[in-house]
Amino acid sequence: MSSEATVTAANRPAGAPAGSSSPADVTMRLWRGDASGGGFVDYTIENLGGEVVLDVVHRIQAEQAPDLAVRWNCKAGKCGSCSAEVNGKPRLMCMTRMSTLELSEPITISPMRGNPVIRDLVTDVSFHFAVARRIPAFHPGPREADGTYRMAQVDVERVQEFRKCIECFLCQNVCHVIRDHEENKPAFAGPRFFARLAELEMHPLDTLDRRELISRDLGVGLCNITKCCSEVCPEGIHITDNAIIPLKERVVDARYDPIAWLGRKIRRRPSPTPAYVTAALAPAAATGEVISTEPAPRATS
Amino acid sequence: MAEYESHTLDVLIIGAGGAGLRAAIEASATGARTALVCKSLLGKAHTVMAEGGVAAALGNVWPEDNWEVHFRDTMRGGKMLNNWRMAQLHAQEAPDRVLELEEWGAVFDRTADGRILQRDFGGHRYARLAHVGDRTGLELLRTCQQRAVSLGIEVFMECKIVRLLTDATGAVNGAVGFWRESGTFVVFGAKSVVIAAGGVGKTWKFTSNSWEGTGDGHALALWAGADMIDMECVQFHPTGMVWPPSARGILVTEGVRGDGGVLRNSDGERFMFNYIPDFYAKETADTIEEGDQWYENKTDFRRPPELLPRDEVARSINSEVKAGRGSPHGGIYLDIASRRSPEYIKRRLPSMYHQFKELADVDITVEAMEIGPTCHYIMGGIRVDADTAATTVPGLFAAGEAAGGMHGANRLGGNSLSDLLVFGRRAGQYAAEHALGRPDDVEIDRTQVDAVVGHALAPFARDGENPYAVHHALQETMQSLVGIIRTESELLEAREALDALEERAAASGVEGHRQFNPGWHLALDLESMLAVARCTTLGAIERKESRGGHTRDDFPGPDPEFAKVNMVTRMHDGAVVVAAEPLPEMPDELKTLFEEAH
Ligand code: SF4
Ligand code: SF4
Ligand code: FES
Repeated sequence: MSSEATVTAANRPAGAPAGSSSPADVTMRLWRGDASGGGFVDYTIENLGGEVVLDVVHRIQAEQAPDLAVRWNCKAGKCGSCSAEVNGKPRLMCMTRMSTLELSEPITISPMRGNPVIRDLVTDVSFHFAVARRIPAFHPGPREADGTYRMAQVDVERVQEFRKCIECFLCQNVCHVIRDHEENKPAFAGPRFFARLAELEMHPLDTLDRRELISRDLGVGLCNITKCCSEVCPEGIHITDNAIIPLKERVVDARYDPIAWLGRKIRRRPSPTPAYVTAALAPAAATGEVISTEPAPRATS
Repeated sequence: MAEYESHTLDVLIIGAGGAGLRAAIEASATGARTALVCKSLLGKAHTVMAEGGVAAALGNVWPEDNWEVHFRDTMRGGKMLNNWRMAQLHAQEAPDRVLELEEWGAVFDRTADGRILQRDFGGHRYARLAHVGDRTGLELLRTCQQRAVSLGIEVFMECKIVRLLTDATGAVNGAVGFWRESGTFVVFGAKSVVIAAGGVGKTWKFTSNSWEGTGDGHALALWAGADMIDMECVQFHPTGMVWPPSARGILVTEGVRGDGGVLRNSDGERFMFNYIPDFYAKETADTIEEGDQWYENKTDFRRPPELLPRDEVARSINSEVKAGRGSPHGGIYLDIASRRSPEYIKRRLPSMYHQFKELADVDITVEAMEIGPTCHYIMGGIRVDADTAATTVPGLFAAGEAAGGMHGANRLGGNSLSDLLVFGRRAGQYAAEHALGRPDDVEIDRTQVDAVVGHALAPFARDGENPYAVHHALQETMQSLVGIIRTESELLEAREALDALEERAAASGVEGHRQFNPGWHLALDLESMLAVARCTTLGAIERKESRGGHTRDDFPGPDPEFAKVNMVTRMHDGAVVVAAEPLPEMPDELKTLFEEAH
């Protein structure tokens, strides 16, 4: 395998990028192996420019290592399949441009360390799916008399931040509570699921009380607010500030004051508007002027 | 020979995107033993790529909207080739399906009075798309996923189905697949099987589809004896990224145009005004001034031509580029930067802002995007009964992109998310009903299973070329010979090229072992893509007219005779054959909706 791993630059088209910042060839140092062990293998491949890490991995797969295992789906940062550690940093390979990396050195790509390895860059993510099954689903109250649910845009925006999650599990991977502590996994949901729980708890229509579960079984108390999860989130979700800290507060409140919890659940609802007002509002709404002025927070990393 | 892992079920659903999940939710509610099987992890399906919204005549923004208007828009957008009954059921049931999602936790953007906000999209007369910013598909998929999980539905992830199994009568009674992780085989016995395996885009070179879009569902049904219809009707979405090369084909939501973005050629001209077809002239603005006023006042002004249905826009872009008025990388410009404030763009189109920033280093609040057509969706698909989603093979059902008929010759944006909810639910319901009507568990024919396993493992024993090379050759062939604009000589050339490619694929070999071996997976996916390519090419040769997503250079206009037929492809004596068969005829009371048009 490694004997084929070097491609010469002989057939490189004229005008291909050259120079120190954009060398003719790049070396990708990929972890190959399975649960029983493995190691890094270098692949040298032409640097075509304008690519993301996943493109280069795919070219290695097509030209040099057809059995290289890697997960991906959307190639647009929307499905959360292609998580790996690029030069030790947890990233989506499809959203990591080669031009942002130092190409004169080998680029190391390894599987997410927080999960058991299956093969090469593919890891076992079953822990996360198991946690998802432990969370009681959304449970809304009754509809309005006209058959609708009414919620204000300001109220749903808090919830929408968490629903942007693409389940890449990068946050789960960096959280030190479970990264190297397999023993904590049964008692700790991890940041992705704290975001999910916060979403449910803050949903204006939800009626369930999950506080006991959050504090006792899912271990929100084990989080010591290092914010590593928020830093790696490709969706820019403020997991620690907007999900975990409010959850911690809520759980503490619960111990003393169940009424306070109820007060938080019952959120300001817009009063139903008569039909003639709705019609008058329609053109404005159709141009997409939603009520909030707050732009949705985005990742810039 | 070794024993196989096996599972006995009432309903097996292949594909865990929106349609599959919705089918599973419905089937399991009846008490049927239901399981989902999918090639990827749960929650990664291509449904996440749907950005703009889900079309449903809720009438929240425009009280004038109702199912009849939606039905009419859908049929007109589909160039009247749609199965009218599917289009009717879809328009009637979509609002309930959307409201139900809300009950399961979906959080749509809101109107000022707290209801679900709806946005404009091409071909829809009123603002009709319920949405969540520009990530509606993710919201829909996650909602159905969380619902399915809460119902305890079994999901077999990262499992590729190789063939369906049939009983002595020809009815489908199960499937054989393998775990991608281990490469070991698994047999599913099921009284009903639902195909909800999505699209076929990977058969073309430039596509918005993920690696999963290899037409597995279409091929499985075809091989099991089911009819396909109108496989020549393939949607090239007008706005895919064209630069950088690695991002080529990735979708740019139609929401950019719905929210004010316009198309310009290299002269800066809004060229769509030169391409308004007669069919849409009455409802399309013919001056820039009128088009621009429409965003604020839809009653007194007509919509700008940038919001014509996708087939029209894609062809117009193609013509501009051919005429030498394209962008440096062979696309044209989509400009929202000069038309809306940066704050508005970032709020309305956050994923697009992010996608261009990350992948192309382009700030869409400052610069125009370079875009061009990308293979996005297949309107054609497995022939189904409109009400029950039953295919022409007993025990086999189909829904979502894998099923044909709903969208006719061209799909309107937003109608696919509603399609998969409406017909996913129906497929689940009728598949369960069919299964529960059969008291005994199915009997699996062991020799069929052994034959499938032998076939699937064959690539390891061959030392032919790498399947990646054959796949690239197939994509080149389909892109250049069976692309947006087609012509007889090229289609015949494609048909011959497919013969050769089939031989190459049958000789191709893979190295390595069975655990998570993408080369091997591709060798098997390639069979599906070749089957799809064959159906599309044969249908395209026979449909000697231009209609929606099928454009013939040698027959540039629509032909009323072809408006009356589906191009049906099916297996006959081991080969795919094609025949024109009559479309179901619309009842008179629905026909009147088209007379009083606008
Ligand atoms: S903030 Fe909490 S959940 Fe996030 S990484 Fe740190 S310890 Fe883990
Ligand atoms: S919260 Fe962010 S980092 Fe964690 S899984 Fe979701 S998208 Fe990924
Ligand atoms: S492939 Fe979907 S996030 Fe990277």
